[in-house]
Amino acid sequence: MRRRSHAWQFAGLLLATMSSPASADTAYVTNERDNTMSVVDLEQMKTVKTVSVGQRPRGITMTSDFSKILVCASDDDTIQVIDADTLRIVGNLPSGPDPETFVLHVSGNPLYVSNEDDNIVTVIDVPARKVIAQIPTGVEPEGMAVSPDGQTIVNTSETTNMAHFLDYKSRKMVAGVLVDARPRGAMFKHDGSEVWVSAELGGTVSVIDPAQHVVTHRISFDVQGLRAETIQPVGIQFNRDDSTAFVALGPANRVAVIDTKNYKVKKYLLVGQRVWQMAFTPDQKYLLTTNRLSNDISVIDVASLNVVKSIQVGRLPWGVVVSPK
Amino acid sequence: MTRPTPLRHERFGRRVLIATAAGAAFATIPRAARAEADTVRVGYIRWTEPRSAISLLDRPPQDIGLAGAKLATRDNDTTGRFMNQQFELLEVPFRADDDPVTALATLTGNGFTLILVDVPADRLLTLAGADKGVLLFNVGAPDDALRQQACRDNVIHVAPSRSMLADALAQYLVWKKWSRWVLAHGSHSEDALLADSYRRAAKRFGARIVKELEFKDTGGARQTDSGVVQTQQQLPVFTQGLPDHDVLVAADENGVFADYLPYRTWDARPVAGSAGLRPVSWDPSSESWGGTQLQDRFIRMAHRRMTELDMQAWTACRMIGEAASRSASADPAKITQEIKGADFGVAAYKGQRLTLRDWDWQLRQPILLSDGRNIVSVSPQPGFLHQVTQLDTLGIDRPESRCRLR
Repeated sequence: MRRRSHAWQFAGLLLATMSSPASADTAYVTNERDNTMSVVDLEQMKTVKTVSVGQRPRGITMTSDFSKILVCASDDDTIQVIDADTLRIVGNLPSGPDPETFVLHVSGNPLYVSNEDDNIVTVIDVPARKVIAQIPTGVEPEGMAVSPDGQTIVNTSETTNMAHFLDYKSRKMVAGVLVDARPRGAMFKHDGSEVWVSAELGGTVSVIDPAQHVVTHRISFDVQGLRAETIQPVGIQFNRDDSTAFVALGPANRVAVIDTKNYKVKKYLLVGQRVWQMAFTPDQKYLLTTNRLSNDISVIDVASLNVVKSIQVGRLPWGVVVSPK
Repeated sequence: MTRPTPLRHERFGRRVLIATAAGAAFATIPRAARAEADTVRVGYIRWTEPRSAISLLDRPPQDIGLAGAKLATRDNDTTGRFMNQQFELLEVPFRADDDPVTALATLTGNGFTLILVDVPADRLLTLAGADKGVLLFNVGAPDDALRQQACRDNVIHVAPSRSMLADALAQYLVWKKWSRWVLAHGSHSEDALLADSYRRAAKRFGARIVKELEFKDTGGARQTDSGVVQTQQQLPVFTQGLPDHDVLVAADENGVFADYLPYRTWDARPVAGSAGLRPVSWDPSSESWGGTQLQDRFIRMAHRRMTELDMQAWTACRMIGEAASRSASADPAKITQEIKGADFGVAAYKGQRLTLRDWDWQLRQPILLSDGRNIVSVSPQPGFLHQVTQLDTLGIDRPESRCRLR
């Protein structure tokens, strides 16, 4: 059974965990302000290398064999392909203008890119390095997700305030679901039963039934001592059995831990400043968060729900991806 | 007496749709459904008297404000594709001797009752009183009186008030510990009101005005070929012999003298207010919170940079678009109800949702502090606390409001 959607790197998860110990994991972090990518050794828990990449690097992911890293170089209007062994830029993908973030199809190809300035989603054949299609979407497309069965692609649009559902085969928009203000992240549960969409300025996460295209729950957050407007949900991750969701709350500097059965927040974890995107290590022992304003990543121990470490990276870290190599 | 009002008709719906679709594997709602799309009509009564500025760089563009409304109409239309809604923008240019009631009737007669208004305060009140069935969006007038004793239930204030702007600057100056001010104000009635706002702000946030100066507008041209020689002699003398101060705060709404102050004052002190560090609703250098995207979109459409008035018009139009999609309706009554509802908010690249104060219909908003090149800071400043929302530390708060909406 297929298990993964958005952070597609987990497509090879089972294989990866069997073949290599967690301690060999490497995290790659895009530093938007520095035009670099930090390479973090998760055994030593420190940044071991900083690689120059294109201008304004944001979205980051890896090919399913973990051999290549893909980075959105937004201001260069391209996606750079970086060899994971040599850390050299080995190619570019025709991303369309201002690519912000992307998601790889569960089958490993194609790549769906949100072009923030042009209200389109660009579909790229990765091996051929060719644009297959451009699909018009809402104003300022942002988050991208693919359903575990590969049949549905979800794209959020920040100013239209919708989650748009695209059909994989026809590449047509089949539905637009209105969510709260400035939607950011979208993430399918592994079982495909729900897609969660964060609304940065609305301060909520909408739970959407992907079959009916309706919002079934709206999750709000309440952190003692913090004003509602500082709680701005962005990144979303589910653990492997979908029992727990993690939501990065931006300037609230916290990650909310949510019980997916009752949609209640069971804990808020204090991390770095303006927490943005997250990624699990392949064994799901750790969850890494990028913290924009404190220029570091926090390491959350998933079993104990404690923040165990912060690791310095470059300025304005945006995205993170973890390789078992 | 009144000239026939020319109409400029902007209909974006289909054109934008086609433009976006060009060269793309296009897929959206079926064509049949499009044909029956509900139309949301937005009017714009727009001040077209010449606006003066000292710097050539600040010479106002012909389509100031209008370009913001056009961009928002495009943005609304993109969203509208998914909601089966389309947006129509109709501009009525307005000059000082035009009759407000005639201008309004032009719009209402064509079914436009949601109307952006950029006119001076007295005309705004005439408009608001002429037809209670319209909802006006004040995108230009900063007068506190319009939010106080002269407030109206059918006027939404998207433009920040003078007191909000003054408070925003004052908080930063106090945070900076530049709390001894010299206040230099112009001789126009607007300058007197702005000076009042700075006096109030100084008192609220613990600054002290150690001296006030008035710069009399004696008319004549602004920057001229050899004017620079005169201002070099004039401004140091104007600011000579001041008591010890940290900053010179200028209140000059008509662009008469403030922009001459920096580098020409007697004492080496920074200038703020109407020149130097300025409190603004928008600045073409603002890049935070996705601002870059909006700036790019605007420049691509208008071939120039986005001004405050453009942003205020954009925000007003987006409020209408947002209310239309939230209420899934093009009915002006439903849109009005949605906008005035407790849950309503709009995103406008300021880092948080902008909401309405239900006691005077002023849009709450962070205020940017711009040096003309970059954003120096964004108010409210840390440490200025409030029991409801920090944004209400800017401007007239509920307990002090004299507004009785009617």
